[in-house]
Amino acid sequence: MSRLPLLRCRRLTVRVGETLVCRELSFEVHPGEVWAILGPSGVGKSTLLHTLAALRPAQAGEVWLEGRPTRSRSRRALARQVGVVMQQYSAPLAGTVMELALTGRHPYLRAWEWESAQDRRRAMAALESLGLGRLAERQVGTLSGGERRRLAVAVVLTQDPPLLLLDEPVNDLDPGHQVALLELLVGRAREQGKGVVLVLHDPVLASRFCDMAMLLFGAGAMLWSETGTALGAASLARLYGRPFAPYSGQQGTVWLPA
Amino acid sequence: MVRPRLLLTVLVLLAPCALLTALANGSLALGWDPLGRLLDGSSLQRQVLLQLRLPRALSGFVTGATLAVAGSLMQVLLRNPLADPYILGVSGGAAVATLLGILAGLGGWALSGSAFAGAMLSTLLVFGLARGRGSWTSTRLLLTGVVVAAGWGALITLILALSPQSYLRGMLFWLMGDLTDAYHPGPAAAALAVGLALSMPLARDLNVAARGELEAAALGVDVGRLRRRIYFLASLLTAAAVTLAGNIGFVGLVVPHMVRLLGGTDHRVLLPGAALLGGSLLTLADTLARTVLAPQQLPVGVITALIGVPVFLLLLRSGRT
Repeated sequence: MSRLPLLRCRRLTVRVGETLVCRELSFEVHPGEVWAILGPSGVGKSTLLHTLAALRPAQAGEVWLEGRPTRSRSRRALARQVGVVMQQYSAPLAGTVMELALTGRHPYLRAWEWESAQDRRRAMAALESLGLGRLAERQVGTLSGGERRRLAVAVVLTQDPPLLLLDEPVNDLDPGHQVALLELLVGRAREQGKGVVLVLHDPVLASRFCDMAMLLFGAGAMLWSETGTALGAASLARLYGRPFAPYSGQQGTVWLPA
Repeated sequence: MVRPRLLLTVLVLLAPCALLTALANGSLALGWDPLGRLLDGSSLQRQVLLQLRLPRALSGFVTGATLAVAGSLMQVLLRNPLADPYILGVSGGAAVATLLGILAGLGGWALSGSAFAGAMLSTLLVFGLARGRGSWTSTRLLLTGVVVAAGWGALITLILALSPQSYLRGMLFWLMGDLTDAYHPGPAAAALAVGLALSMPLARDLNVAARGELEAAALGVDVGRLRRRIYFLASLLTAAAVTLAGNIGFVGLVVPHMVRLLGGTDHRVLLPGAALLGGSLLTLADTLARTVLAPQQLPVGVITALIGVPVFLLLLRSGRT
């Protein structure tokens, strides 16, 4: 790994209200890597993700994107380096699916500039890769929950930054679409050298699709390592407060709550 | 759903038609060829055209356009489809200042000046109160504005209750929105030009900001700065419109939705589209207000509401499938 890490955290301490999310966290996301962040609800996964995207300040430590500190960089410059899919989908008052997808080109355009034909092609390709191509002219208000979730991912694929942070992207998706979405993201990592960080609630999906896993236990306690090492009976029981048992099948060993 | 370019073209053509209608109709029929009347008409016709009809038609157009743009900005600022230009108390501040001005015997430019001063005072008051210790969320801004507006409303009622009978009709007409004395569209037109010139370069930011604060920040928008600018632009536009014509309701709330339902959801189409449609509709409404019960003149705010409500409901039923 001679290339610069897409994301680099040094001794990052994040606190939200009374909750300590992480203390002196240091890690790097390299091109082509897929990370999972797992932890019980309310432990601060979303807060951590927002901090990594420099959408909120850390209490201590630094976040670097492609070798440059995020502090004192403009939002516009940051938006070319990192894209975020929020946990909650929120829509404008009105607008078509295509118009929303095109907002992904915003950080690249000047104030008076209109989206070019190439921007439209990018947006259309992103929509099609998520199976939304035929909905391009639909009003966003008429979409189903799963379609909205995929549209939010399509925006970030249209934005096309080197680092993608996705907060529970498989919520609202049926199992077929869950796997298809994660395969798509892993494909972007492998083929285009994107870095992908996913907040997930499902250790099965994490072990199947992610190279690295970060477990947030609460009160700042955490560990991260390769997924196969990080996810085990002891760590998952500690993470979710329930015993987990291994099941072996075609996809290897997965852990399910007992 | 109409293509945005076609929509804007239609609206650009609608504007002169509306102005022409306003020039042609009234107690003195001038026909549909105002330029001809200007050249070969009698001196009375010329006078009516140049000193009465034209300034009033332009005032109506500028007021409608200004309110519609202000409404579009408020709706995206507060991310609330029910927002209108008056929701944050700008017009309430103007109303209190105007009513006090009427009581003090002010008129003409002095009265306009006090209306504008009241509107800007209210703008700064809400900004200061909503800002608090740094965090400036749309919910906080909305609640602060609505509460301040309610305070102005109480003061308005108090002034009306205490004012001598002879002032009441003028006060009520002002509160309902009325173009009877609006013969100087110049300042409001300047505010509209400034408002559009400063908000159009932000139009794509607004498209992104309409999704939400975090989403917009993640797409490279400096949300805090954008919202401060939009707040002050919308307030300035509202202040200019209210100063010219009082509290004309409905235009600022409904016209942006009409443009959106016709396919103008992109703010680069919505802002100019709302200006054109708002201006045209208010010009036509004021023509009706002058002529329906002539020689009696109705407050144009009544007409906008009476026509706008059914039209909007119709659009709402047919627009979204």
